[in-house]
Amino acid sequence: MTELNPSATTDLELVHRAKAGDLAAFEALATRHAERVYSLALRMLRHEQDAEDVTQQTFLSALESLPGFRGESSFSTWLLRIASHAALKVIRKRRGLDLTSLEAVTEPAEEFGQIPHPEFIADWRWSPAQLVEQHETRRLLEEALARLDEKHRLVFLLRDVEGFSIRETATALGLSEGNTKVRLLRARLQLREQLTQALGDPATRLTPGHHEH
Amino acid sequence: MKCEELLKQLNEYVDGTVDPGICAEFERHMAGCNPCQVVVDNIRKTITLYRAGVPYELPLEFRDRLHQALRAKWRETHSAD
Repeated sequence: MTELNPSATTDLELVHRAKAGDLAAFEALATRHAERVYSLALRMLRHEQDAEDVTQQTFLSALESLPGFRGESSFSTWLLRIASHAALKVIRKRRGLDLTSLEAVTEPAEEFGQIPHPEFIADWRWSPAQLVEQHETRRLLEEALARLDEKHRLVFLLRDVEGFSIRETATALGLSEGNTKVRLLRARLQLREQLTQALGDPATRLTPGHHEH
Repeated sequence: MKCEELLKQLNEYVDGTVDPGICAEFERHMAGCNPCQVVVDNIRKTITLYRAGVPYELPLEFRDRLHQALRAKWRETHSAD
């Protein structure tokens, strides 16, 4: 019987049922994960229509590739990998490159030495748990993310939000691991700076230290 | 270790992949440098916030379209046998 109680059924059970030919199980998986896939695509692409296309393509690919899904990673990880690669393909197409790399062939080495030092240093007025509950937080996060250069935004999304390793991120973007790390650091520091400007408690503000211990 | 040097190791420290020798140095520096402590804490919270939750809602009209497309694809791939 294919009665589905979406919240009580694990992804893996749904995957097994879908593999056995149960369309409702696959649709339940789509219902459960579509928003996360769409959000990732929209954050990467910043274009609603493109994000919808990538979301649809992701689930169509997943449907086709499901027999090959062995459960080595979680279903959501597997799905988000498909979505990330589909979104990167759109970005490559936008840039008019039919290359495996998102970068020019001669990718310049990025230096840690040029990383700007943090400026606004202060404790935040709320904990992440409190912030998640606040309506304005979402807008603040998305605006800060939108202000990052695409090259920094993509590294941050893949590595920190989707949990790719440095190596996977580098491979997906056609970057060296060294440059991936520098971009990740820049992204983290820029987001930290922007969020702290908005969330930091001025009373706890500290002067950046340039001292030695 | 200076603050600037700490910045270069920040990724690895936050990700817990820094090698133990450097980690000890990093922590020695932080113990005496409040700004660096706060920066590390801010960055951890930044990552936590971005990982939490799903920021965008699926447009309703698209949700329907998605399910229609999935059903059509399902018929196509499951009708052969």
